[in-house]
Amino acid sequence: MAQFWREYRENWIATLALAVVVLIVAAALAAPLITPQDPYDLANLNLRDARRPPGFVGSGGYVHWLGTDAQGRDLFSAILYGLRISLQMGVAAGAVAFGLGTSLGIMAANIGGKIEQGIMRLVDLQLSFPAILLALVLVAMLGQGRVPLIIALVTAQYAYFARTAYGAATAERQKDYIEAARATPLPGRSIVLRHLLPNCMPPLIVVGTVQIANAISLEATLSFLGLGLPPTEPSLGMLIANGFQYMMSGRTWISVYPGIALILLIVAINIVGDQLRDQFNPRLRR
Amino acid sequence: MLGYIIQRLIQSAFVMLAMSALVFLGVYAIGNPIDVLISPDATQDIREATIRHYGLDQPLWRQYLAFLGRLLQGDLGRSFVLNIPVLHLVLSRLPATLELALTSVLIGAFIGIPLGIYAGYRPESPASKAIMAASVLGFSVPTFWVGLILILTFAVNLDWLPAGDRGPTVEIFGVGWSFLTWDGLRFLALPAINLSLFKLAMLIRLSRAGTREIMLSDTVKFARAAGLTDFTILRRHVLRLISIPLVTVFGLEFGSTLAFAVVTETIFSWPGVGKLIIDSITSLDRPVMVGYLILVAFLFVTINLVVDLTYAVLDPRLRRGRRV
Repeated sequence: MAQFWREYRENWIATLALAVVVLIVAAALAAPLITPQDPYDLANLNLRDARRPPGFVGSGGYVHWLGTDAQGRDLFSAILYGLRISLQMGVAAGAVAFGLGTSLGIMAANIGGKIEQGIMRLVDLQLSFPAILLALVLVAMLGQGRVPLIIALVTAQYAYFARTAYGAATAERQKDYIEAARATPLPGRSIVLRHLLPNCMPPLIVVGTVQIANAISLEATLSFLGLGLPPTEPSLGMLIANGFQYMMSGRTWISVYPGIALILLIVAINIVGDQLRDQFNPRLRR
Repeated sequence: MLGYIIQRLIQSAFVMLAMSALVFLGVYAIGNPIDVLISPDATQDIREATIRHYGLDQPLWRQYLAFLGRLLQGDLGRSFVLNIPVLHLVLSRLPATLELALTSVLIGAFIGIPLGIYAGYRPESPASKAIMAASVLGFSVPTFWVGLILILTFAVNLDWLPAGDRGPTVEIFGVGWSFLTWDGLRFLALPAINLSLFKLAMLIRLSRAGTREIMLSDTVKFARAAGLTDFTILRRHVLRLISIPLVTVFGLEFGSTLAFAVVTETIFSWPGVGKLIIDSITSLDRPVMVGYLILVAFLFVTINLVVDLTYAVLDPRLRRGRRV
């Protein structure tokens, strides 16, 4: 572990990206403590403060460092609360997709036969179909809200985990240590859980990192199109969509700052994922 | 070869059948279409008459067969909102989307492949590193956000290009096209660039990886020994060898470009099928949703088929009917 960390730190861009991710997650978690106002408590909002540029000192007596939106909400506070929702959705969808996809992939590799073919056909068919379209249709069918959105994100993403887990499991199964474990009286279940699964983890962790970034991006896109969460739970995508109409009149900060927060998060997660991929890749080992 | 074509055709037909069943179940069976069709204060008689008229009293498999029968005759129903046949509606919007998607895929190919080959040919040069860093950004940054920034920069701040809408079109065979006039091109520019960035990033990565691999191969060593210049080697050997995986990705990416056009069309109010599906989702226009999905599925299956057949032409191992 210490060695892994030492190797990770050799790449300063990846280290910086990890620091950015940690910082953003911490800021989102601590949002109620470090923001000047609760952006969704209507009593805090004053329409006289609406659409003010960054640096404006509002009626609350504090500086709006990133300006305010159309309802007079402090954008810095709104962004941190929005990050909370975006991160929640991304991590929840990523975790469920990880569990479902990995189970299906490992099941297919272990059972074989008709079930293997059935599962992998479905996965391949889905991978050839764009994720965004699938998510769009599901959200349209199931309606708005957290659960439909997570179902849509999971459906759009589990196939990547299933493909990866299947590939890793079929490769690992042919190795000697699994053969040796089979020769012992261990039940099949514990061979899969204690020996096969841990050795399939590295590629899955990489896919998981990238898929959390993708889930956040997909959720933002759906929210931007007005198909994500209801307006009472605005994620970053909705903040950007709300600011879009003011962009033409030069009030660009309402859209631009939430967008910068979103991109920082996604790019940082992707760079961390890239570094993990390189470190897990045995072919690049020295 | 003929056997291979027939086999792939039968496979495609089966996939289409499965897709139509899924779409039918997804859109018609979940939720109750009757609530959309009949106003809540209609009398019991009208309710029953309407249910019978649309065949909703029949068992589900019968409804599906009837749906399939109409589908084969090209009847996708009428839009609840606009009261126009769905096929007509989607087909009238399709050229705008095809034009946008094709332009952006071409931008991606003509800029992305040369850049990727260069980055693979000189992997250590600063220019290659810059190209790769840009492609990471192209991958990560969401399409809708890039669209906003493009509008902000080129339409609002610089005022060079229009921010949305399609602008003037030229009619050919009864279909309007933008790319034939200078003014139309100006309207096409921003949405096409927006849509192409993801493809661009992907094609750069793929052609770089392919080129790096092939530059180390014996083919290139022998070509060098024969005294060919590096440029000729890149053009004649590398480009041909990386073209096989590129055609696959290119074809599949064309499909996903059609899907991502949903986002771009919404931002730039481009009047294509992507905007149509978003509008029909917000107005709960089920026949339009079904029609769009069936047509997109059909496009996907056709593209996959064409990609496989192109593969067979490009790869001599497949051409002779041998399995790889």
